Amino acid sequence: MSTQQGQDAKFFQRGKIEEFRAELQAAEAKDKKYQKRKTVLKKIVANITMGNDMSPLFHDVIQCIGTPLLEIKKMVYLFLVSYGRSKPDQIHLVIPSFLQDCSDRNPLIRALAIRTMSYIPIPVVTEALGDQLRHCLKDRDPYVRKTAAICVAKVYTADPRKAERKGFVELLRDMLIDENATVVANAVAALSEIGDRQDGVIFKLNLTIANKLLGALGESSEWGQIYILDSLLRYVPEQHADAEMMAERVIVQLQHANSAVVLTTIKALLYLMNYIGDRRLIDYICRKMGPPLVTLLSSGPEVQYVALRNILLIIQRRPTVLKNDVKAFFCKYNDPIYVKLAKLEIMYRLAREENAREVLAELEEYASEVDVDFVRKAVRSIGRLAIKVEPAADKCIESLLKLIETKVTYVVQEAVIVTKDIFRRYPGKYEGIIPKLCENLDALDEPEAKAAMVWILGQFADKIDNADELLDDLVYSFLDEPAEVQLALLTAVVKLFIYKSQSEVTKALVHKVLKWATEDIDNPDLRDRGFMYWRMLAMNPAVAAEIVLAEKPAITTDSDRMDRGALDQLLLHTGTLGSIYHKNPETFIRNAAGRALIDSPALNANSRAVLVTLARPQLPPTVISVSGPGPVEPTRPSQPGEAADNVPLPTIMESSRSDERDLLDIEGDDGAGGDSGEGYPDGDDDGPVTKAADPYASWVVRLVVT
Amino acid sequence: MISAFFIFNQKGEVLISRLYRTDFKRSIADVFRIQVVSNSDVRSPIITLGSTSFFHVRVNNLYIVCVTKTNANAALVFEFCYRFISIAKSYFGKVDEESVKNNFVLIYELIDEISDYGYPQNSEIDTLKSYITTESVISSAIAAEESSKITTQATGATSWRRGDVKYKKNEAFVDVVETVNLSMSAKGTVLRADVDGHIQMRAYLSGTPECKFGLNDKLVIDKNSQGGASDAVELDDCRFHQCVRLNEFDTSRTISFIPPDGEFELMRYRSTSNVKLPLRVIPTVNEIGTTQVSYNIAVKANFGTKLSATNVVLRIPTPLNTTGVDCKVANGKAKYVPAENVVVWKIPRIQGGQECTFNATAGLTSTTTRQVWARPPIDVDFEVLMLTASGLIVRFLKVFEKSNYHSIKWVRYLTKASGSYQIRF
Repeated sequence: MSTQQGQDAKFFQRGKIEEFRAELQAAEAKDKKYQKRKTVLKKIVANITMGNDMSPLFHDVIQCIGTPLLEIKKMVYLFLVSYGRSKPDQIHLVIPSFLQDCSDRNPLIRALAIRTMSYIPIPVVTEALGDQLRHCLKDRDPYVRKTAAICVAKVYTADPRKAERKGFVELLRDMLIDENATVVANAVAALSEIGDRQDGVIFKLNLTIANKLLGALGESSEWGQIYILDSLLRYVPEQHADAEMMAERVIVQLQHANSAVVLTTIKALLYLMNYIGDRRLIDYICRKMGPPLVTLLSSGPEVQYVALRNILLIIQRRPTVLKNDVKAFFCKYNDPIYVKLAKLEIMYRLAREENAREVLAELEEYASEVDVDFVRKAVRSIGRLAIKVEPAADKCIESLLKLIETKVTYVVQEAVIVTKDIFRRYPGKYEGIIPKLCENLDALDEPEAKAAMVWILGQFADKIDNADELLDDLVYSFLDEPAEVQLALLTAVVKLFIYKSQSEVTKALVHKVLKWATEDIDNPDLRDRGFMYWRMLAMNPAVAAEIVLAEKPAITTDSDRMDRGALDQLLLHTGTLGSIYHKNPETFIRNAAGRALIDSPALNANSRAVLVTLARPQLPPTVISVSGPGPVEPTRPSQPGEAADNVPLPTIMESSRSDERDLLDIEGDDGAGGDSGEGYPDGDDDGPVTKAADPYASWVVRLVVT
Repeated sequence: MISAFFIFNQKGEVLISRLYRTDFKRSIADVFRIQVVSNSDVRSPIITLGSTSFFHVRVNNLYIVCVTKTNANAALVFEFCYRFISIAKSYFGKVDEESVKNNFVLIYELIDEISDYGYPQNSEIDTLKSYITTESVISSAIAAEESSKITTQATGATSWRRGDVKYKKNEAFVDVVETVNLSMSAKGTVLRADVDGHIQMRAYLSGTPECKFGLNDKLVIDKNSQGGASDAVELDDCRFHQCVRLNEFDTSRTISFIPPDGEFELMRYRSTSNVKLPLRVIPTVNEIGTTQVSYNIAVKANFGTKLSATNVVLRIPTPLNTTGVDCKVANGKAKYVPAENVVVWKIPRIQGGQECTFNATAGLTSTTTRQVWARPPIDVDFEVLMLTASGLIVRFLKVFEKSNYHSIKWVRYLTKASGSYQIRF
């Protein structure tokens, strides 16, 4: 293949409007092969790229639109896409030229024209585009049709109601049975986008159409396959057999080279499995999903990251997937940090008695690496492993002790934190290591580690000879400690007192701390707890002892498994941002469409039992803030791009939903498919239903006629 | 879907900026520059601020960035970035600041074509090259029929191939390239060894050739479902270029396809069973007191004497407080690179069966607060021609074309490691 080397870097220089204008005007006089215009336009495009406002040149640039050089036309179009919206008073000047192109003999030119026009969503342009778009949706050339399909999504975004009135949605729907797979795929993409809008028509598939789409799967491009596979989640199987047939048809796509095809196939399979009755088929699908998921780890690191975050969800819902593949998730020394952290969590999830030794050896290795966060998580994982896999606990403790000996402060602190939980998980088993921990008391400067150590001192004050001394030392800075440590100290001192109530030192200590907690501290939690202890001890020390030293429920690792209903819901977003952050998209993205499993006779009883119903879409008044490891709010008060987020939302949907209830539902049944499957009209949707004899059985399009 | 596409250079300057949607202004680029380019500790390829998410892939000195306000399909967005990079490579030879600046107008054309409203569209290089070029094209002069051919191909079932390809000599080259990943413990046990295999094909075949591809007779694909014989080559998984008919592969295990013209990746596979490790590395590293570390490392070529490993590079870590390293090698050259805290030992060629040794002493400065040396693994890079670590062999490649021409097929094997053949010590 020949490579083409351009020489355009020289145009990457800031220029002045007047200069460009003069150059364009000079080019009008004499411009052999349009070279001059080409040069000026390149300079202008470079300046647009650099963020220089070139819009004052609008009038001058559009003079070039008639130049018969395709390269020039494309640059003018790029200019129009950038500034067209800001020039509603001048844009009409280019419309005749656009319209001419829309009926050009050359399909590439036709497509380019409607594609560009639809990028300028202002009424003058959209109005002019209308008729052309209608023609192009039925163009004889598939390239024009596939471009037109996406144009509908653009036009719909610009003005949903108008697009509906003009019948574009129905035209788009008709494209689902187009003979060309690329056209079908783009129509699916456009309808999905429209269907995900809260004010959009509802896009659901019935069996017949879903099957037609699957038929197009083999012939569509990889991207088209993604759009089609994704849309299968809009089909609700009514019978096990339907879901089973569909799963069998899509499963071959797991072998596709494009990771997005693979992940979207997995999403479709995970979805369909909820409606499959045949246990053997479910096992088979699970077995088939494992290897492709591991293969995703030989993609680029970014895709690996996406895959890993998804795997973490998948193995919680379908534990048989990858259960023997823990080695595949061992970190490579030069993996990017985000890949390492994601692998670490999966390693912990997949750890079992059989592989605990290998996993522990790996974790020990990671504990000596450079990245502090990674090291801490590795140390913490060792502790969690001890709690999760009882037979491995001894080895884990050994390894934690070794780590404590390194005296690396963050390693020690992390080890202390997990050790506390290990004590609770295996009472009476490992208290022998307490002296070792006490040696490192001074190294603890983080609240969580300090609180953990204090808890240990209090809990085992009867076994630690100098517990009173140690606590006395720690209490010294009581008033300056963070609340977490103060609470721990308060409780520990009370426990100490209960164990050693005869000691004068202890008495003085508890008195001092209770007095501080109730008199000098503003934190109500601490004060309340202080009062509570004080009264208990004053009224009946024996009962107080029973309460304070009550047997604690054993720690289990159950709590770190996600709730099944929530998992089912999250897995409907496999491969997307939501699956990376493990959050439903509607909770962190404004106007994002939520998804939930939909009940049907085929839905597995277990899935039904934990069914999450989707709340009616409600428009959040402001940006939702999500704390935790997921997305974060911008820290700067006025992000340039975020400004749009603060614009009050249009309120059209609310009024049209509740008041103007003249809805037009198009619902048809072809009878041929013989499926009695119904689309799911919205619960409160009892508007007039028109039965039209078209091939889109139970295909519900809801048009809001305003 | 994708709302905006940017390319930034190392300094955070915008080299390409294309807004597919009106939900952003160009100034959104500033947010990325502040949050990612100027941030020395970026810990994720995806940054989400409010409802806005930035996806980025780094290549050479550039950031390829997609921005969205939806719950976008993240795998798709990254695949799109990768695809852009491979298209740019094919068009310009390399992807760096210079080539982007030199071809920015063409890049704008390309990204207008391969993504519409943020939905990736046909991005097959061969097809794109038939209508997106740097040559000056007079729009009225393009024959409508010619364009129809292009559009039919761009939207057709074999969007990756033009129908009118002609070669005097019909040839096909198959390269089986295996990357071996190894992680070996300090005790010499293999913690993990697997092979990432790629079958690269360069097809210079006329017309619309129907190809059939055959691998080892005893090949177990999807080893989970069948118990294969122990001497069989077992693949854990394989993935195919979109030209391969997956349904046929699923039912009869035959790999049949109409190839794109020129170079493409036909197949990618993974194997974890019976992986032959071409190089055996036996390190003995001792910390002598706090001032010295002694190294004794042997590398043994574990394959037939007719083959040889070339471009062997061992990167042997040294403690952070190393002042200098005194190396003795019989083969190749060894050099201490202080900036990276490693000794780089380069051996141009190791014959099969041969063994090379490395002896060195690293001197350390005494530090008061000495942390335990993390001992990163030794990393080995190498290439061995005509060897596959998995044992995979190409048995045949059949080409059927209606004109029944004779075609010549070449097969080459390469096993290599780069950056993931690691031995702990």
